[in-house]
Amino acid sequence: MSAMLQVRDLTKKFGGFTAVDRIEFDLNEGEILGLIGPNGSGKSTTFNLIAGALTPTAGSITLEGRDITGLAPTQVCHKGIARTYQIPRPFRKLTVLENVAVAAYYGANQLISRDEAWRLAEDALELTQLSSDPRARVDGLGAAGLKKLELARALATQPRLLLADESLGGLDEKEMDQAADMLSDIRRERGITIIWVEHIMGVLMRVVDRCVVLDHGEIIAAGLPQDVAHDPKVIEVYLGSDAEALQTQVAGRVAGSA
Amino acid sequence: MNVPMILKGVGLLAVLIFPALGFSDYVLHIAISILIWGFIYTGWSIMGRFGLVSLGHGAFMGIGAYVVTMLWNHAGITPWIGIPVAVVVSGAVAIFIGFPCFRFRITGHYFALVTLALSEVVRLLIVALRDTTGGSLGVTPRSELTPEVAVSFYAMQFADKTVWFYLIVVIWLGGLLIWRAVDRSMLRYAMEAISQEDDAAASLGVHVTRAKLTVTVISAAMTAVGGAVYGQYQLYINPETTSGIAISLQIVFAVIAGGMFVQLGPTMGAVITLLLTETLRQTVGHDVYGLDVMVYGAMLVLFIIYMPRGVLGWITEVWSRRQEPRPTGTVKPQPGE
Repeated sequence: MSAMLQVRDLTKKFGGFTAVDRIEFDLNEGEILGLIGPNGSGKSTTFNLIAGALTPTAGSITLEGRDITGLAPTQVCHKGIARTYQIPRPFRKLTVLENVAVAAYYGANQLISRDEAWRLAEDALELTQLSSDPRARVDGLGAAGLKKLELARALATQPRLLLADESLGGLDEKEMDQAADMLSDIRRERGITIIWVEHIMGVLMRVVDRCVVLDHGEIIAAGLPQDVAHDPKVIEVYLGSDAEALQTQVAGRVAGSA
Repeated sequence: MNVPMILKGVGLLAVLIFPALGFSDYVLHIAISILIWGFIYTGWSIMGRFGLVSLGHGAFMGIGAYVVTMLWNHAGITPWIGIPVAVVVSGAVAIFIGFPCFRFRITGHYFALVTLALSEVVRLLIVALRDTTGGSLGVTPRSELTPEVAVSFYAMQFADKTVWFYLIVVIWLGGLLIWRAVDRSMLRYAMEAISQEDDAAASLGVHVTRAKLTVTVISAAMTAVGGAVYGQYQLYINPETTSGIAISLQIVFAVIAGGMFVQLGPTMGAVITLLLTETLRQTVGHDVYGLDVMVYGAMLVLFIIYMPRGVLGWITEVWSRRQEPRPTGTVKPQPGE
């Protein structure tokens, strides 16, 4: 069986600067893949290349056997890939429910009825544990709530692949755990494949199946979380003093699953 | 039935029996003008309410007025065909201007500047084609009316103001229905989303360019109809009164004054501007040249600062606050903020 998403030779140059340099990875259906790396490693660029927000300089991205390289974000969405934003971008003039309903209706390329869009919106809000009160306003949401709204909107487009961008940024420890569990639940309950881009590695390691580690636009390690966490190159460029904490996390996961 | 519904019903009834109340032709003329402009302003607000600020709607009005009159004067084509032609032409111009702007993300002030140029282009074009259009002297639609013929349906010319009144009431109501249809459509949600976070909207599957073009074409088409009807009613058009910067800015001012986020706001804007113009004309006359423009400008500044949602927007806001003391919803701030 071929992989759901195939990234081949993907390159993005900004002028003379190569942000992403010929990276390649596969993503299997139903997997949660962690895309990690220090600041400026090219993970966000990779993310934006897949989401269509950036056009690659070279290389290809294939979703379920179809080439999606260079498609616009709207088209990428209609192909079944949804994204969140690192810094939430809610539509503040709309209610929470309307925010999600817009995503449901247009994510389905206007092929569903209004009622169906509203039903899908309520479903997505339930999945992300947000209120589906039609009067609930975006202004009433805190940082964690806005992150959930990002997720709810993305899910309302009924994606087969979810791109989650630094969903933990700005959250406290308890909220981080909840967010990680939520992604894990979404995969288990809906069978949605997930690429999770994250700067903060700890909690991520507990949930992802595989990791791809980037540094200076190149893949320096890929594989199971416990292997990646012990990889000397990863420890050197990225983890530094955090290495011990990370390995404790991974050990916890291994112990938990044993 | 709630109070605003009753008010609307009573208002509509008052409008419908207005000509029967025995007012002078002058008052009827003001009423007709308010409805024509109310319709045009409603057309502008269809896109303006979503942050697509056009300073060039004079262009569409000019296209409406001149296409219909030129077809009638030079080819004898009835305005009933001329108006759909004008709608198509203005829609095409809207796409011609809108598509590159929206595709290449020219928004905000830059979009306003592009449209401002458009309105001048149309005005200058009308002036330059003076052999056909009559240039800056303006032009009169060839009259079919004689002392014996008071109504020419074919030429869309009516000597009786009452006929005009009802015809324009129908058009104005049509405009309000279009406004409401857009207000209740998914397109409205898409446009609200685009006006705040266009990247996010696009990534959720909204065709940003297509949505913007749709409201722009609806808006341009309505304005062209308004311009055409204005020309037919006045039986005289010139480049200054149907196109150019002055008219374009007048449209923007009126809609801001009335309120662009409520259905009857633009009509309210027409009431305010026309009563203001008429009052100034009757009290000061033409002694102080440019006084009306100065008052417009001063009021525009005051409105933008103190009443950005316009008169009717402000009234409905106060009303809904009284109805629902806490409309903030039920979601409490969550930890982390």
